[in-house]
Amino acid sequence: MSVVQEKVPVARRAQPAGGRRFAFTPTVTVYLALAALLVVGSVLVAVDGGVLLDQGGILNILTRSTVLGLVAVGQTMVIVTGSLDLSVAYLIGLCSLVAAETMAGQGSMVFPGVALALAVAAAVGLVNGLVITVLKANAFIATLGVALILRGWLEHNYTGPAGSVPRSFQHLGYDRIGPVPVAALLMLLIAAGAWWYMRRTRPGYHMYAVGGDIEVARLSGVRTSRTIVTAHVLCALMAGLAGVFLASRLGSGAPYVGTDAGYDLESIAAVVLGGAALAGGRGGVVGTLGGVLILATLDTIFDDLAVDPFFKDVVRGVVLIVAVALYARRKLTSGRAS
Amino acid sequence: MSDIPVRLEGITKSFLGVQVLRGVDLELRAGEVHALMGENGAGKSTLLKVLAGVHKPDTGRVLLDGEEVSFSAPRDAQAAGIAIIHQELNLLPHRTVAENVFLGREPVKRGQVDRRAMEAETRRLLEWLGEDGIAADAEVVRLSVAQRQVVEIVKALSTDAKVLAMDEPTAALADHEVELLYDLVKRLRERGMAILYVSHRMREVFDLSQRITVLKDGAFVTCVETAEITSDQLVRHMVGRSLDALYPDRSSAAGEVRLALKNAGNGRVRDVSLEVRAGEIVGLAGLQGSGRSAIARAVWGVQPFTSGVLELDGKPVRIGNPRTAVRKGIGYVTEDRKGEGLALSQSVRDNALLVRRAALRGSAARKHTDLAELLKSVNVVSRGQHQEVRYLSGGNQQKVVLGKWLAVRPRVLVVDEPTRGIDVGAKQAVYRLLRDLAADGMAILMISSELPELIGMSDRIVVMHEGAVAGELPAGASEEAVMGLATGHGIGEVA
Repeated sequence: MSVVQEKVPVARRAQPAGGRRFAFTPTVTVYLALAALLVVGSVLVAVDGGVLLDQGGILNILTRSTVLGLVAVGQTMVIVTGSLDLSVAYLIGLCSLVAAETMAGQGSMVFPGVALALAVAAAVGLVNGLVITVLKANAFIATLGVALILRGWLEHNYTGPAGSVPRSFQHLGYDRIGPVPVAALLMLLIAAGAWWYMRRTRPGYHMYAVGGDIEVARLSGVRTSRTIVTAHVLCALMAGLAGVFLASRLGSGAPYVGTDAGYDLESIAAVVLGGAALAGGRGGVVGTLGGVLILATLDTIFDDLAVDPFFKDVVRGVVLIVAVALYARRKLTSGRAS
Repeated sequence: MSDIPVRLEGITKSFLGVQVLRGVDLELRAGEVHALMGENGAGKSTLLKVLAGVHKPDTGRVLLDGEEVSFSAPRDAQAAGIAIIHQELNLLPHRTVAENVFLGREPVKRGQVDRRAMEAETRRLLEWLGEDGIAADAEVVRLSVAQRQVVEIVKALSTDAKVLAMDEPTAALADHEVELLYDLVKRLRERGMAILYVSHRMREVFDLSQRITVLKDGAFVTCVETAEITSDQLVRHMVGRSLDALYPDRSSAAGEVRLALKNAGNGRVRDVSLEVRAGEIVGLAGLQGSGRSAIARAVWGVQPFTSGVLELDGKPVRIGNPRTAVRKGIGYVTEDRKGEGLALSQSVRDNALLVRRAALRGSAARKHTDLAELLKSVNVVSRGQHQEVRYLSGGNQQKVVLGKWLAVRPRVLVVDEPTRGIDVGAKQAVYRLLRDLAADGMAILMISSELPELIGMSDRIVVMHEGAVAGELPAGASEEAVMGLATGHGIGEVA
């Protein structure tokens, strides 16, 4: 391809119709909401006689954000691609077990344990992707089916925690630098990688294209099936990492560690809160992390205030609905160009 | 390079046992605009998709520069220098112009997409087309339909295509935008590109093309030099018979006023006053964005009027949503047939009964014994009432849309681009139907960007300009008079 480099005057670039300008995108909105939540939360907790953002509070928010962040970043990829993954919660449990049982308390088995857990995750992601692209099953049903299969296997083989991780591996779960857990930094590193992948590489561009309009993508020469399968494998790998991290924290694998925390729906909630369209084509890692932080901050505030867990769920539900309604409004007013 | 970059020989293709193409030949020369014509269902789009690598032919050969090729996916055709502009615009609304142009072929530098190169090349092509009013980093959703068309062309150019196939490129454009497209097509041709141009509009074909290939029922009919054929002969080739007068005779005198707008306005139009009488077809003309569709949508209650008065049969009414409009006896045939007019995956029957079931109550809503008669009255050709409408041709789909409104016998019918993208035979059927309805006492407000059609059908023409009524013209006004008002000058000359 011949690319003619031309000096385009900076002043002119702003002029043509439809150029970019600052706007209250969902990403901006979600961080403003996070800031507001931190302020309101700090006041509420202070009135209650505590401090929200002391070392313990920050630690709490970041620890909560680590696992959900990993899962939600993966979920962002599949949702942007126009798909969905409901199997992540059971996959987290499965991967924690695979890791802990392979390690069986031996320091030398740490690497094989992690590798095997991630391999299992990738395989499950591959199955998800292939069921959707080859068997043409709807993503919701396909991944729900895979989730049920995983559940059946877990219920048949496990009654409770199993395996154990060596002491050396528990550092991953508990080490920190100041108030910042090492694992949270790793999560951010992975999120940054995911951001780069989605926003800067061709496969990432193609995720947005496939999610935006799969037919347009196909007619433009994008390998749509490959894109969808890739998104599912990456999403499953993130869930696998979350499982490995949870094994490190718990010291063993646990079959229901993913479902007890509801990481399947929780991760979707975080992605949607971060401004992604469930239909695909819009959204991103940065917004999703904002959504994750909002959910984690809400939890921390409620813990500090010792709020009834049922009320907690009600508030989370309201926050989610309000957010989605706001984004829908925005789309209505700016959508029709003609 | 040979002078014949593309040759298709004996292409056949069938879907689910239905033969869509029966041995079609087509030859494109470098530096020519080659029109492909035929009624809907003649197989034009399928042939285009064979060329694009979307469909694989059952038999027959595709030759590029004399060598046989076989495409298994759109990307193969693209790599071979064939670019297609499909009927529906194929752009991602929430991605930028540059991202759309290079979709699937993003330049990569050091492992990541080279945004700067992508935008620079896009900008270069936009400037080359004289379209530097479009920003390479603008989201497509912010562009007008015509600008999106330009982006499609830029996308085709960026592949260094030698062959460009355009499927009804003007279907979504207003008249003045069509001129720009003409200009572009001519320049591309002069650059030696082979252009396959699919269109229903005679004028475009005669203005632009050097040769014409006609298909009928999936078979090759003829390939002629444009200069050596008249439009009558062409129509005869397409339909296999000659069409008598395309537009039916205007009917008898108009009755009382059915629909009246008095100084009506909303965010898009202002101070609109007009009347439509029973038995009358009033044309609403104007450029894209002049507010003609906004009036239709306001009458239908989608974006209601916020000021002024809307009267039905002399009584002021408030119409705040489509349901109220339907119940007051207003029907609206949308310009967006597939998006707003039909539930594509539902049957002919369900679509035809949709409005009745939704708007009427009790046994009237459940009535369906007259359905066969209703479908016959609008001339729908289908494999039965239970066929999904997505499988019907555009013309038959439009007839289903008309049928669904006739099922509730509206007293006022607003039709927005009633013949967009349908073939000449179906157009004539729609014209007859509309005229018959008017003769039966219906009041019809008709919007169209095809001036011959608007002039041929209307008893009066109201012309819009920038959100306001620019003037009103009697039946049989000239195209120049309408355009004069629509473009905002020349009221004095044409009055």
